[in-house]
Amino acid sequence: MAEIVIKSENIGKIYTIGHQAERGSYTALRDILMQNAHTLWNKTKDLATGKPIIPGDTLEEVWALKDVSFEIRRGEAVGIIGRNGAGKSTLLKILSRITEPTTGRVTIKGRVASLLEVGTGFHPELTGRENIYLNGTILGMTRVEIKQKFDEIVAFAEVERYLDTPVKRYSSGMYVRLAFAIAAHLEPEILVVDEVLAVGDAAFQKKCLGKMGVVASEGRTVLFVSHNMAAVESLCRRALLLDNGHIRFTGTQTSAISEYQRLFSAKQVSLKNRTDRKGSGEVRVMSINFRDIDGQTIDNVVCGQDFDIVFQFETLSGFRSNRVVASLSVRTQWDVPVFLLHNRMTGNEFGRLPSQGSFVCRIRKMPLTPSTYKIGYSIMINEGDYLDIIDDAAELNVIAGDFFESGEVPPSSHGFCLVAGHWSLES
Amino acid sequence: MTNQASIHAQEPVLIIEPGRTEKNYWTDLWRYRELFLILAWRDVSVRYKQTIIGILWAILRPLLTMVVFTVIFGRIAKLPSDGSAPYALLVFAAMLPWSLFSNALSESSNSLINNANLIGKVYFPRLIIPAATLVTAFIDFLISFIILIGMMLYYQFAPGWQILLLPAFIILALLASLGPGLWITALNVKYRDFRYIIPFVVQFGLYVSPVGFSSKIIPEQWRLLYSLNPIVGVIDGFRWCILGGNSPIYIPGFLLSLAIVAFCLWLGVSSFRKMEKTFADLI
Repeated sequence: MAEIVIKSENIGKIYTIGHQAERGSYTALRDILMQNAHTLWNKTKDLATGKPIIPGDTLEEVWALKDVSFEIRRGEAVGIIGRNGAGKSTLLKILSRITEPTTGRVTIKGRVASLLEVGTGFHPELTGRENIYLNGTILGMTRVEIKQKFDEIVAFAEVERYLDTPVKRYSSGMYVRLAFAIAAHLEPEILVVDEVLAVGDAAFQKKCLGKMGVVASEGRTVLFVSHNMAAVESLCRRALLLDNGHIRFTGTQTSAISEYQRLFSAKQVSLKNRTDRKGSGEVRVMSINFRDIDGQTIDNVVCGQDFDIVFQFETLSGFRSNRVVASLSVRTQWDVPVFLLHNRMTGNEFGRLPSQGSFVCRIRKMPLTPSTYKIGYSIMINEGDYLDIIDDAAELNVIAGDFFESGEVPPSSHGFCLVAGHWSLES
Repeated sequence: MTNQASIHAQEPVLIIEPGRTEKNYWTDLWRYRELFLILAWRDVSVRYKQTIIGILWAILRPLLTMVVFTVIFGRIAKLPSDGSAPYALLVFAAMLPWSLFSNALSESSNSLINNANLIGKVYFPRLIIPAATLVTAFIDFLISFIILIGMMLYYQFAPGWQILLLPAFIILALLASLGPGLWITALNVKYRDFRYIIPFVVQFGLYVSPVGFSSKIIPEQWRLLYSLNPIVGVIDGFRWCILGGNSPIYIPGFLLSLAIVAFCLWLGVSSFRKMEKTFADLI
């Protein structure tokens, strides 16, 4: 087993935040003056001694991280996941020494480079060439190293012709390419990466991911913070799950991701109190959930998976029709329709409805690329005779999976549809 | 394999814990010298990017101030010069350290705010940023120094052996600006109103310090008190180096100025280091 390169022991970080004290409605002017004079005196004292001053009357201490301990071995690619405010960024900042922990200790073996942003310190007035030296040094490369890799960086960024042009004249694409090219040529033993992938277009994100995959496979240690579960899934072999400043889970990336989803997503979308319904209301869908083929409730669907979408409904007592049509519509986050599926289309009939029951829609081999989709439904008798409609009823989270059974995870940047195909050669 | 293990054994081991940066502060500062150089180079090169205006500005500002001061203090108010030195030379010998000091002070006190994006994203000893701005001020100084040489040729005024000690006073002027500069730039991170203090101090200081006149015209009994202004010592030192025996240094006052420079520097560095840890959280 490889040696431990990062060992974190009980690290914690306190942030102090100020609150405005609540004041009674009948405060004498004298009290206010006294209080202000008192605060002013204290603040002046703090100012003179160099203590940080926090606005507000009462101070509260918040642990952004508490008792965080973990070990990372050489050559591991570890993801750090968690919701916003869970302490991921604080942890990265401590590991990259931008801020000091309040308690605990981290031991790191080897040179660390942290990439919390691409193009840190780029100066618009300086030329591409000058910015390569500037940014490289800021990221921790020595002059000699930059000189050695200079041509490689320029080639990777494809900016040869504009090397002596100030970067303020660069297109945003060139700018980002140059910035990433420099970062990609850092060769630290340990690379700490924040969600730099959130910037740039889809092709650029893919290039970043690819490059990071290469870094990880070269035996260097990578720490990767991201909201993009698909990226964590494909890039990391292990993950830490942070929640409220504590480590909730450590394990393989897949189990950490499913733990994350178990903890943080609503299992069942209740529609009981929705007021944005249309239709007569004789049949009403009360909740929507997703099940795998073993009947287990799931939060996310993996590409290529068989699963059910379950619409639980209630029927008013006088309702007698036996020609009910249930229709599912799926759209992207940008409201681009992806597909529509109803039971007349599939040739399935429900017959007379019970007073409570579920319409179950089985989808085989999930054909959508990883993303979040919107689900809407409509229940009708004939075309135009609607019983219940909600356009934005639930979200469908699709995560990366082995759709083609080849180990190749499809990128979501080239469309949202996966097609089961086959290639062959004829001569 | 053994080879690789031995390579790994030589890897630097970094320990992060509360108060740790404190201990390795000065070694870290040395380790990041390349960053210091590149930041200084960036500041200088950005400043002179539009070359004509950049250099012209460094020449025009002290030159015009010198002309105005010579006319007002020398011709109109008829203040005495030091010994046989031409009045214009007396003024310019003080303009040099004054603009070095005031440029360094203004640049360094805004430096952290101007580099906020760096502070939040990468680690390095923060002292590098204000320190690197001193280089820009020094380059401006070198350019104005050329004017001094021109003036000395014009007045046929040869400096004495004292000119050799000028570098010491240049360093003194930089250190005098670094102390308050560090303090203000650190406070600026949290309270942006501190940046308004500097233009005021610079404007005010120009008249309070012996730039347009010789410090010899200050009555003897007030001279020690006057030397509480650390720039008095720096300016006197410059005049002594450039004008030689015409303007001897008032030793008790000079020592006092020196002590105050040292005190401000200590205060600046220690409060900067105390506040430095929270920069990334505040900026």
